[in-house]
Amino acid sequence: MGMFEAILLTVATAATPLLIAAMGELVVERSGVLNLGVEGMMIMGAVAGFGVAQLTGSAWLGMFAAILAGAAFSLLFGFLTLTLVTNQVATGLALTLLGLGASAMIGESFVGLPGVRMQSLNIPVLTDLPVVGKFLFGQDPIFYMSILLTIGVTWFLFRTRAGLTLRAVGDNHTSAHALGVRVIRVRYLAVMFGGACAGLAGAQLSLVYVPQWVENMTSGRGWIALALVVFASWRPWRILAGAYLFGAVTIGQLHAQALGIGIPSQFMSSLPYLATIIVLVLISRNKRLTLMNTPTSLGKPFVPDR
Amino acid sequence: MTSISDENGAGHPLLEATGLTKIFGSLKACDGIDLTIGTGEIHALLGENGAGKSTLVKMLFGALQPTSGEIGWKGKAVAVANPAMARSLGIGMVFQHFSLFDALTAAENIALSLDEKTDLNTIAAKARDIGRTYGLPVDPDALVGDLSVGERQRIEIIRCLLQNPDLIILDEPTSVLTPQEADLLFVTLERLKSEGKSILYISHRLEEVRRLCDRATVLRHGKVVGQCDPRQETAGSLARMMVGSDIHVIERRPNAAPATQSALIEVNGLSQKPRGPFSVSLHDIRLAVNPGEILGIAGVAGNGQGELFEAISGEVLQERPDIVRIRGRDTGRSGISARRRLGAAFVPEERLGHGAVPNMSLTDNLLLSRYATDGKVFLGGGLLRLLQQSSLALAAKRIVAQMDVRKSAENPDASALSGGNLQKFLIGRELDRNPAVLVVNQPTWGVDAGAAAHIRQALVDLARSGSAVIVISQDLDELFEISDRIAAMVHGRLSQSVPIEAMNMERVGLMMGGADTASAHASTGAA
Repeated sequence: MGMFEAILLTVATAATPLLIAAMGELVVERSGVLNLGVEGMMIMGAVAGFGVAQLTGSAWLGMFAAILAGAAFSLLFGFLTLTLVTNQVATGLALTLLGLGASAMIGESFVGLPGVRMQSLNIPVLTDLPVVGKFLFGQDPIFYMSILLTIGVTWFLFRTRAGLTLRAVGDNHTSAHALGVRVIRVRYLAVMFGGACAGLAGAQLSLVYVPQWVENMTSGRGWIALALVVFASWRPWRILAGAYLFGAVTIGQLHAQALGIGIPSQFMSSLPYLATIIVLVLISRNKRLTLMNTPTSLGKPFVPDR
Repeated sequence: MTSISDENGAGHPLLEATGLTKIFGSLKACDGIDLTIGTGEIHALLGENGAGKSTLVKMLFGALQPTSGEIGWKGKAVAVANPAMARSLGIGMVFQHFSLFDALTAAENIALSLDEKTDLNTIAAKARDIGRTYGLPVDPDALVGDLSVGERQRIEIIRCLLQNPDLIILDEPTSVLTPQEADLLFVTLERLKSEGKSILYISHRLEEVRRLCDRATVLRHGKVVGQCDPRQETAGSLARMMVGSDIHVIERRPNAAPATQSALIEVNGLSQKPRGPFSVSLHDIRLAVNPGEILGIAGVAGNGQGELFEAISGEVLQERPDIVRIRGRDTGRSGISARRRLGAAFVPEERLGHGAVPNMSLTDNLLLSRYATDGKVFLGGGLLRLLQQSSLALAAKRIVAQMDVRKSAENPDASALSGGNLQKFLIGRELDRNPAVLVVNQPTWGVDAGAAAHIRQALVDLARSGSAVIVISQDLDELFEISDRIAAMVHGRLSQSVPIEAMNMERVGLMMGGADTASAHASTGAA
């Protein structure tokens, strides 16, 4: 395995959790709900995934547990903001804080335990293709899920009736309600989908990226996923591009630091954030297109009059 | 009329509502309303704002649940649980504030209200078909945010017709149309009637109700106060039924100010690029208003009126100072407060959130627009600039008395006032300063007839006392009632103004459609 091939693989591993979490949040925000609790749901997924995999010895069971944990945790957010109509920003922040604290408590006994690594799928012959063989055909299952998720979300949002309804709810919930769309139900489903995705992203961290439990191991990835959604102007393929760019610069600057380039490490560490923001801002210069894709009722509470 | 409904098989009317009541908190929005609509009938629902028209039709359409009462549909009692159920029964509705989605295409908007899983191409084809049949051309692939109000309404109507309803509810359909567009709509409605469909037509425009409708039900304060054949009535008798008393007639004295005086406000060649994805660009707008004059600016919503208002008020600054001149001074680059200090006053279209802060009291809102010009009175304590609550309360009291503002508390929040009363307060707040220039956008939008008459009289009186007034309005009757000259905005351009004596409905309609600019240039040299 060559140097380039190895770097490509690590880039994919770094980008995948961002891609999954951001794709989930994209669906949530397209329905008009702003859930700032991505970081919290992600870490709950990570701890649940690690714990169940550790107890059962099955990384797959761990992964499903992570998805369920993320979705269940998001249900709390949904109940508060959609049913009790609390402030979405404050509730989302609270969800993140709660998730970080609760996961640290749950995971206390997991610290230092050996984790279960999710095995890569190795498709015979194809994996041996030069350069891209390992990248395309020899990765962990969650990588393939992230790609399928991107295709699936794009198809769902722009090619299905349900996706159209979801976008309509995000654009103007009053009109959607007047047409008989069940706004709150659509939003509950979207929020839970976002939670499930965040949970899966967390599982990728604790089952693939570093198969062990470390307190606060999401280290801000949930926030980056949130930023990616906005900078990608709520479009799935731009999220994919943004996530991989972020992953590439992260890995690139690590290699550069290892080579001992004479640039302060603090600057190098901030490069991924800087590069991602600059590139995504540059590609979203078309203001009209951006506003067209911005869910107009994002963050606005909806109370149907009865 | 009854003979038509008798044709409906068992002799039942198409829709028969009995004793419909809706209570919001302590307010009875609808109180025991009976309404019958026959097959193939255009039925008018008349009433002032707040009379309960919207609440009533929302109950018929399932968007609200009645507190008590029954709805009979084709002879059977039904409970309309939600709009989807109303649609499946055969009740369609075209909303007053369109329920369209700006970020979606016309076809996507239509698809959203169809229950079956038709694909978008089929829907686009069907929409084109219906559009052709009923004279409602649309482009299914256009983004709704880019369309004019008239085009949006077409989409709403097509969306409604695609569901093949027996009853179509139209809520104030012509309030956003030019007279010519309204004529086209009437042709469509007549055609639908001839096909045996029934229409419930909500409007406060009495002339068109008399022209179009077979029967009318009049509501006041949530109750039915009369049923009639509008063709047998006059506009005056219908208005009396709606309001319960005679409407105040605006008094117009001739303009006493000498015509030789120079203009108090001028706009010289205002051009502006669109500032957002759905905003309009302005092209070389020129106007001048002399003392004692009211210039009415007509136009269908979304043709640049809001942008023009922002440019004149100073919310958006211009490239050159001489583009906006107030009392002979170049103010194109000055802010709102500077323009106010020159004696100008502005009342924007949106009352809550633009004209007033909803959750602040009337005195606080008073101070917000007057602190720059009347700081000496309202602020004390030298550099501390403390609020002088007593002088604020005094001024608020004066305005309330002057404009006859009805309120429930001594100093309520702006949002606690009804639309008409808040508008009276906001206009009174500016009139209280005796401004030399007043620019007001949609002064009586959504305001009941009594309050509207009061506001119009106040505007006329201000002009006759020597001020220059610009009224931007979609309500043509209003413009004809108070303006000395009328100009029209279309696609961000302002036509030449035409003196009221030379103006009629047809001509203003053509100007609003952009067709009359040439003849306007020819007939009036002075603008």
